[in-house]
Amino acid sequence: MRLVDQFERGLDAPICLTWELTYACNLACAHCLSSSGRRDPRELSTVEAKAVVDELARMQVFYVNIGGGEPTVRPDFWELVDYATAHRVGVKFSTNGVRITPEVAARLAASDYVDVQISLDGATAEVNDAVRGVGSYATALRAMDNLHTAGMRGFKISVVCTRHNVDQLDAFKALADRLGGQLRLTRLRPSGRGADVWDELHLLPGQQRQLYDWLVEHGEGVLTGDSFFHLAAYGSALPGLNLCGAGRVVCLIDPVGDVYACPFAIHESFLAGNVRSPGGFGGVWRTSELFRSLREPQSAGACGSCGAYDACRGGCMAAKFFTGLPLDGPDPECVIGHGATALSTVDRHGAPRPAGDHSHTSGVRGGPVPVTIGRHPPEHACDESPLAGIGAGP
Amino acid sequence: MPAAEPTGFDLERRYALHPQVAVRPEPFGALLYHFGTRRLSFLKDPRLLEVVRRLADAPTAHAACTAAGVSEAELDRFARALATLAETDMLEVA
Repeated sequence: MRLVDQFERGLDAPICLTWELTYACNLACAHCLSSSGRRDPRELSTVEAKAVVDELARMQVFYVNIGGGEPTVRPDFWELVDYATAHRVGVKFSTNGVRITPEVAARLAASDYVDVQISLDGATAEVNDAVRGVGSYATALRAMDNLHTAGMRGFKISVVCTRHNVDQLDAFKALADRLGGQLRLTRLRPSGRGADVWDELHLLPGQQRQLYDWLVEHGEGVLTGDSFFHLAAYGSALPGLNLCGAGRVVCLIDPVGDVYACPFAIHESFLAGNVRSPGGFGGVWRTSELFRSLREPQSAGACGSCGAYDACRGGCMAAKFFTGLPLDGPDPECVIGHGATALSTVDRHGAPRPAGDHSHTSGVRGGPVPVTIGRHPPEHACDESPLAGIGAGP
Repeated sequence: MPAAEPTGFDLERRYALHPQVAVRPEPFGALLYHFGTRRLSFLKDPRLLEVVRRLADAPTAHAACTAAGVSEAELDRFARALATLAETDMLEVA
């Protein structure tokens, strides 16, 4: 059996998972996939969060991708990071950079077990701030300068690819090279507030091809969180495992302890359980009916007769779901064009709405201005199909 | 991962897992994660996991293979796998 088939049947524990520590965020990014802004009073306490870490350590989950919201605004953020790494659960956290002071940067540079990724959605302030809010570019650059100065190497610059920044890929790469970071590109999903801006921001067909060619050219030097496997239908697969790991090798724990199949699917249809239930996280992972069904062979449905199905596997479940497309059909960004056809006939207004909106109710100072794009700025590209940067070893 | 040229790897030396590497057994073999390089690797054969587990206590990598039941005919294949692990710092000379 190929490894990818093995993974599609699910593992006894995730390889890694995304853990959003809080819905609180100083920004209000237009495409925030978790609709973050305000803290939820039901968020896990420090004690509860440590119990989750204990369980992840027992299950040998190698690392967690911590996001939010802006995770560093949690008063116990560093306490939890230290607790995780002390238990050999590695941490990679996503931040907009607001708390990455020179002191914090020095501390990060000294740790092998903590990695950081700074979210940046434009190589220029103009492009970035239109989505993430006024001043967010300067904040991110200051954070990266601090990391560079502290000697931190290989931190990630995490970019959600949009219609407006796809022409800046070389500039992003140059920025990463100059600062000793590594570029990480991920896919814009119609999740959270992203559902409101997806039509305006997602890549145009020609831009998808442009991105694919660029990724092929740059190979393993650029990380993708395995999020572009739908582009494999253009030809050869991109580095990574090229599969949807939702509920199989990855999942999401949200700030209130709800476990979802993936970070892009915060909706009751993809809710597997809660870490506060008697069986804890492990019980949810092992026994959830939803996860069991995801680990069954999936129907190719309308894609069954397409020669590219083996390459793209039908694309992203969340992208289909939140655009109102059936899960056993083409991805809305199917490179062959079947998605566009499907979108033109589906009732977009009937598409499911993302659950649990924690958006700021009156915006934030300098928040994205809805001139050309959406309303709020987003935070974090937590995604991370854990399969980023893997080497399919012996 | 690029195809490995087994340069620098010597079956007749003693190797051990890098101290920052965690091993998680799986039905197909094992997952390896290096906390320093943050790389994930797969052992796609349970016997390769057995070899890796025996490395530190065996006088040579060759001896670890033999102890894990690897035949001479299979030795090249296992040596290539070990060489890849050594090149990505999953293993180090002990």
